[in-house]
Amino acid sequence: MEFFFEVLLGGLLAGVMYSLVAIGFVLIYKASGVFNFAQGSMVLFAALTFVSLLERGIPFWLTFGITMLTMVVLAWAIERFMLRKLVNRPPITLFMATLGLSYMIEGLAQAVWGAQVHGLELGISDEPLELGGMLLSQFDIFAAGVAGVLVIFLSWLFNKTRTGISLRAVADDQLAALAVGIKLQRIWLIVWAVAGFVGLVAGLLWGARLGVQFSLSLVVLKALPVLIIGGFTSIGGAIVGGLIIGASEKLAEVFIGPIIGGGIENWFPYVLALVFLLVRPAGIFGERAIERV
Amino acid sequence: MLYRESGQFISDYRADRRLFRLWQERAGFYLLLVFAFAVVPFIANDYWFSAILVPFLVLSLAGLGLNLLTGYAGQLSLGSAAFMAVGAFAAYNFHLRIEGLPFLLSFILGGVAAAGVGILFGLPSLRIKGFYLLVSTLAAQFFVQWVLTSVGWFSNNNASGVITAPPLLIWGRDFSSPAGRYLLTLAVVVALALLARNIVRSELGRHWMAVRDMDTAAAVIGIPILKTKLLAFAISSFFLGVAGALWAFTYLGTVEPHGFDLTRSFQILFIIIIGGMGSILGNFLGAAFIVLLPILLSNLSGTVLAGLIDPGQLENLQKIIFGGLIVFFLIKEPFGLARLWQNFRERSRIWPLRY
Amino acid sequence: MSSPLLELSHISLSFKGVKAITDISFAVNEGEICALIGPNGAGKSSLLNVINGVYQPDIGDIIYAGTRLRRMQPHAAARRGIARTFQNIALFKGMSVLDNVLTGRNLKVRGSWLEQALHIGRAPGDEVIQRKRAEEIIDFLRIQPWRNSIVGTLPYGLQKRVELARALAAEPRLLLLDEPMAGMNHEEKADMSRFILDTQREFGTTIVLIEHDIGVVMNLSDHVVVLDYGKKIGDGTPQEVRENPDVIAAYLGTSH
Repeated sequence: MEFFFEVLLGGLLAGVMYSLVAIGFVLIYKASGVFNFAQGSMVLFAALTFVSLLERGIPFWLTFGITMLTMVVLAWAIERFMLRKLVNRPPITLFMATLGLSYMIEGLAQAVWGAQVHGLELGISDEPLELGGMLLSQFDIFAAGVAGVLVIFLSWLFNKTRTGISLRAVADDQLAALAVGIKLQRIWLIVWAVAGFVGLVAGLLWGARLGVQFSLSLVVLKALPVLIIGGFTSIGGAIVGGLIIGASEKLAEVFIGPIIGGGIENWFPYVLALVFLLVRPAGIFGERAIERV
Repeated sequence: MLYRESGQFISDYRADRRLFRLWQERAGFYLLLVFAFAVVPFIANDYWFSAILVPFLVLSLAGLGLNLLTGYAGQLSLGSAAFMAVGAFAAYNFHLRIEGLPFLLSFILGGVAAAGVGILFGLPSLRIKGFYLLVSTLAAQFFVQWVLTSVGWFSNNNASGVITAPPLLIWGRDFSSPAGRYLLTLAVVVALALLARNIVRSELGRHWMAVRDMDTAAAVIGIPILKTKLLAFAISSFFLGVAGALWAFTYLGTVEPHGFDLTRSFQILFIIIIGGMGSILGNFLGAAFIVLLPILLSNLSGTVLAGLIDPGQLENLQKIIFGGLIVFFLIKEPFGLARLWQNFRERSRIWPLRY
Repeated sequence: MSSPLLELSHISLSFKGVKAITDISFAVNEGEICALIGPNGAGKSSLLNVINGVYQPDIGDIIYAGTRLRRMQPHAAARRGIARTFQNIALFKGMSVLDNVLTGRNLKVRGSWLEQALHIGRAPGDEVIQRKRAEEIIDFLRIQPWRNSIVGTLPYGLQKRVELARALAAEPRLLLLDEPMAGMNHEEKADMSRFILDTQREFGTTIVLIEHDIGVVMNLSDHVVVLDYGKKIGDGTPQEVRENPDVIAAYLGTSH
């Protein structure tokens, strides 16, 4: 039983990482209706830029600042050269455009910084911590803390600031928002930049754990089932979805894996998401739109 | 004035729905066939057959399969490679386990097996739409790859899951030479492309497009939505399955499940975006583009741009160019190269006049 | 022209507790043009949606051609000969006019999907028959010049006509038209009225339509049903309805 809880808790903490990537998705989907497949490559790009600058001896906080600035420039370029030209296109077109975008960002990141694996040391010890008889990774707990702070920061941004309020207006009805004088392009820039920031945080945490390497951009594939379960429009949903996916895939791997052959982590979240979809098509927290004819 | 319809009066409905309506189109098509079947085998070398023509044809067929589902029936899929894998491994097993099964029949059975798997993963499409359907197709992508890797039976218990093509014997003739493999692939692809062209302008094709454009209205006028969607999944997967079997048997010779990974699915999606959604010709244009661009790039870096492009950067450069082209096409010409070709044809109808 | 083709009895419909239609009953005779009128939000479109199975009524019965229809889905309604057009044009925008009209004939098509795909068996002959019938409808509504145009590129008035063509292609017994003249100018309205009357005369189709232009309604219809806040407040010939005090009150607004 203790082993069960240990696996469960380990899975939950890993799920926090999925949530972090999924939050970036939710932000962009809410504000622009774009299902941003490039979120994973943004994570890679941010982490790779950060670690490469750090290795060149630039102090931590300065590196953080420069990387963040790079992400803002990237957001600006995406808005200026892509989103602006795809206004009023069907969501599927926008999705495919972000697929192209992800290829561009990945190619760019590796062309500039190379393809080798970088270690990243954030200065948090990964010694297991004993809590109530269970061994827990100190690093995972730190990551959970960061995720918590991030969510509080984002809710403040959305609910209390002027930008946040216009952002919610845009999410609700783009035309109406335009009509009351909200600058759509500025909102998109801000949202993509914030998503870049979330990507940077996620990239640093993932990178410190697994090394900064190409596979980082593949976390996007885990984020999709997370979003299905949590709903595309809810930050809280992204967190809960991440936890569910993280916990269930670890439990499945440990307890079901040995029976039917290992390596089921790849597809298990998708099958789980599919089951969710059939039972609750809008996710746990999403709202279901009523179709009118 | 080279290409025009004036003087060609179509006086009955049967003639109006021929595969190629104008004599220029028919003549062009037959010339192309004669060229591909009778001239190319004599002028191309082994490198052209094995490295360019065969993959081009197989990828065109795969694009065609995805285009039926996505371009015509409007169901986005990121699992194309999985259905190719099913086709390849099924064809391999049919050939291996049924003594004396004709080669072409094992291709078809491979396609049928892929169609079955396609229906299975297409079932959720009744309840879920749009991005949500991506989950089902991605589930297919990962699950199929996992099954083929971890269940030894499918690869006849090969330690690394690799299958190897048997000698390509059809009616006592050996098609294993590069030119033979090219001709075999060409024949299959041409036959299936004509089939696809017929399907999309039949009642079935209209049902697909109706569901794509507005499924609620399609239901109101009596089109059975589930059957239409499942047929789209089945027929699309059939095409992809045959493409997968060709990929394994006439192109690579040996293949492992990993050869049909997500990257391959993306590649096929890119073919239809660049080539043109909702077009048969577009798949060929898109596939040609995607096969030729990397070759062109590496040739350029070795000759004209020698020293300017680091060979190690070629792959990154390719990614940036492909990604950029996808975005460019979606912005500037959402119907891809096929639409550019069509515009050119319209122009040539009135050439040398402008209007 | 006397026996009712369609009878609604005590239909009620609500969305999440909000009543859209309350206890509505009326009958439509075979071969007549029946107009549903009433202010916005009176429940007219909802009523059409109930008749062809897009919505299921909470209570009440629909009797169509002598049969009681229960829990009917839209495609089942189509199969029984009920066709319709929509308030916000629901055409297949990426397809040609001809293809749109042909989809209207989908229930008449003979031949399995395999015959269609391979162009064998019944499919080739049937394709010609369907094409012939579709061309007749196209001629009837005078949209020949745009036969091969992509629907999404056509102007609004023409799209409305194509939508009518698609509905007529199904050879319906009952035709439901949701604001067929909305947003049209005077001439377009006159054309559309002509087409609707011709449809009734030539094919004997029973038509239920929603329209806001009272002048058009009075000229066109044999029978008018007036709704207000989901309730029926008037039912009869155009003349009767015009003199009904409740209808006058609803339209002109008087204090009760």
